[in-house]
Amino acid sequence: MSDKSHDSNQMTGAAMIVRALIDHGVTDIFGYPGGAVLPIYDEIFQQSEVQHILVRHEQGAGHAAEGYARSTGKPGVALVTSGPGATNMVTPLTDALMDSIPLVCISGQVPTHLIGNDAFQECDTVGITRPCTKHNWLVRDVNDLAKVLHEAFYVATTGRPGPVLVDVPKDVQFATGTYHPPRKSDVHRSYAPRVKGDATQIRKAVSLLASAKRPVIYSGGGVINSGPEATKLLRELVEVTGIPITSTLMGLGAYPASGKNWLGMLGMHGTYEANMTMHDCDVMLCVGARFDDRITGRVDAFSPGSKKIHIDIDPSSINKNIRVDVPIIGDCGNVLGDILQVFKAEAKKPDIKAWWQQIAQWRARNSLYYKKSNDVILPQHAIQSLFEATRGKDTYITTEVGQHQMWAAQFYGFEEPHRWMTSGGLGTMGYGLPAAVGVQVAHPDSLVIDIAGDASVQMTIQEMSTAVQYELPIKIFILNNQYMGMVRQWQQLLHGNRLSHSYSEALPDFVKLAEAYGAVGLQVTKPADLDGAIKEMIAVKRPVLFDCRVAALENCFPMIPSGKAHNEMLLPEQANDEATAKAFAGGKALV
Amino acid sequence: MNQPASAYFIEERHDPNETHTLAVLVQNEPGVLARVIGLFSGRGYNIESLTVSETEAQKHLSRITIVTTGTPMVIAQIKHQLDRMVPVYQVVDMTQTRRSIERELAMVKVRGQGEHRVESLRLADAFRARVIDATTESFVFEITGNTDKINQFIDLMRPLGLVEVSRTGVAAIGRGPEGM
Repeated sequence: MSDKSHDSNQMTGAAMIVRALIDHGVTDIFGYPGGAVLPIYDEIFQQSEVQHILVRHEQGAGHAAEGYARSTGKPGVALVTSGPGATNMVTPLTDALMDSIPLVCISGQVPTHLIGNDAFQECDTVGITRPCTKHNWLVRDVNDLAKVLHEAFYVATTGRPGPVLVDVPKDVQFATGTYHPPRKSDVHRSYAPRVKGDATQIRKAVSLLASAKRPVIYSGGGVINSGPEATKLLRELVEVTGIPITSTLMGLGAYPASGKNWLGMLGMHGTYEANMTMHDCDVMLCVGARFDDRITGRVDAFSPGSKKIHIDIDPSSINKNIRVDVPIIGDCGNVLGDILQVFKAEAKKPDIKAWWQQIAQWRARNSLYYKKSNDVILPQHAIQSLFEATRGKDTYITTEVGQHQMWAAQFYGFEEPHRWMTSGGLGTMGYGLPAAVGVQVAHPDSLVIDIAGDASVQMTIQEMSTAVQYELPIKIFILNNQYMGMVRQWQQLLHGNRLSHSYSEALPDFVKLAEAYGAVGLQVTKPADLDGAIKEMIAVKRPVLFDCRVAALENCFPMIPSGKAHNEMLLPEQANDEATAKAFAGGKALV
Repeated sequence: MNQPASAYFIEERHDPNETHTLAVLVQNEPGVLARVIGLFSGRGYNIESLTVSETEAQKHLSRITIVTTGTPMVIAQIKHQLDRMVPVYQVVDMTQTRRSIERELAMVKVRGQGEHRVESLRLADAFRARVIDATTESFVFEITGNTDKINQFIDLMRPLGLVEVSRTGVAAIGRGPEGM
């Protein structure tokens, strides 16, 4: 680094931060400068190993780092100043905590002697971010900094991954101390995630799977977090056992959507076959998922007749929402490997022909049906067209939150993991655009598309400027129905169609807005023009805002009405006004 | 039953609550107590009593004793949630092991004269409470015991001129030669 003194490990705190980033293989960080991080920015200026991407709002830095992390499997890094810089990071940190994304945030803090004095741009950053990080640290002594930074990377990336924050007062950044490279002893002895599953439990799981008549695999984001080996093993397990597989929103891509055992996504807007299979199964293997309330529907009616096996690296996920019969605490990849080994040695494929016949009947209900129109673009049709146009291309998809997100999950087929970046747990509108920035930074030559809504995209639209500055050719594919569609849908279904504040009044002209940013704006209103416009969008090697005008009042189906069980789904062909009203009449009271 | 419409599945749970005493061994670092308390408030768990003190200074270890109530599923969650915190070494459910001793210390100030004053002294003697401060019209008693015993003593002092009480909260340790 800039330090050329006799001992190369003697350096300032600011230099240590940059050095630690390099030692952990970080090549790109996302950040925004300010008073309390100026020494770090000065170090960044004087080196070329770490590229800094300047965002337009700290929330953008956080989501960009998340997108970067999810598409690479490496930790994302964000750098922000004290006070508002840190508080603007609260949303991405919480988002990363809910979705188990490895994120390292370094925040500046006012000098140590001013802490607690209500100094300019001071806030209790570690206090504020304590509940939204896996762990956080305030470093008061420059000689602790190296250890804390290494520990931060270790904690963020091991066990159940998650966000961490290191708060560094400005005087600590200026002070000189001793740096050391990462070493084992940098980590709390109290932190030791369990990776290997219990052998007895694994045997129990295998014997349940082998003797099952109506089994199902329900996989989640944990499989993707575990790494490429886990995905490979999951696919092999499905192949070896012949068991049908469904997945959560977070787990899409672990098993290919074109695979013959694929049931589609499960849960509130999952397919009929996936939810019915979950409801009627006799053995359920849950891998790296957490029985979230969008998945289970009514808890006391969730898959009532099944023995449940649950693989999770986080013991607190076990028996949190649903009581399971065979809990296995460990890393998904590791445990799946052990299960496969035992299965291949001691068991044979369960005979589930009748079960597949039953599933075929559910599939025949065609629960993702929608009626195409020649006059107006249906949002489902737009996603399908986008999928067809990008099929076989090196594509990454991010989303915002709402109807468009669910349609993307339903109609875009993911073949590989790490290709799908969406805010699942926290449901953060405004996630997708900055996440696309992060993904494009990690994969400069790939096609990166943010499937967005007209309301969500406005929450972080300022990051278009970042995309233009760094020549990141992200495509923002806006399903513009001029509503906060999911809010409007719930108001229609549950609140007497009183559309309170869900109409997107005074929408900007997205084409002009794109041009104002120096990006490309495209608009399409007719179904006949859709494919051509998508082709044009893909061909442009610059950032694009694509204003796809879609049917305004389309609802997202199928749907488990609130307070109902998996086998009480509302299918699109039944969803006329009367049936919908009836389905939600009971649920309304319960939800 | 008329519940409001919402995007969440609202259900009522009727499992009976249990009271458990948890011993938590933690790294004594800034903010560790805030983390533990924040977990309880953030996730809506109860704290009936909480005591904390450094127990092994060279190793920077502190011991937190928490008395909490919840359904068996919630108690299990609390233990897992505590255990996965980075600075937490170990969580032991002292109630589940059924081989633990619990003690609490209280200082009880009583003001009175005549027969009330004599009676409070007599009761203190019966409860093995010590007088640690006295004036002509008041006593401060020090009493050690389990929570029930202390509650009982305080109830008895109330009509005799109870002024105020200061309690340490519960500390617990396992019986026998083994440590936690």
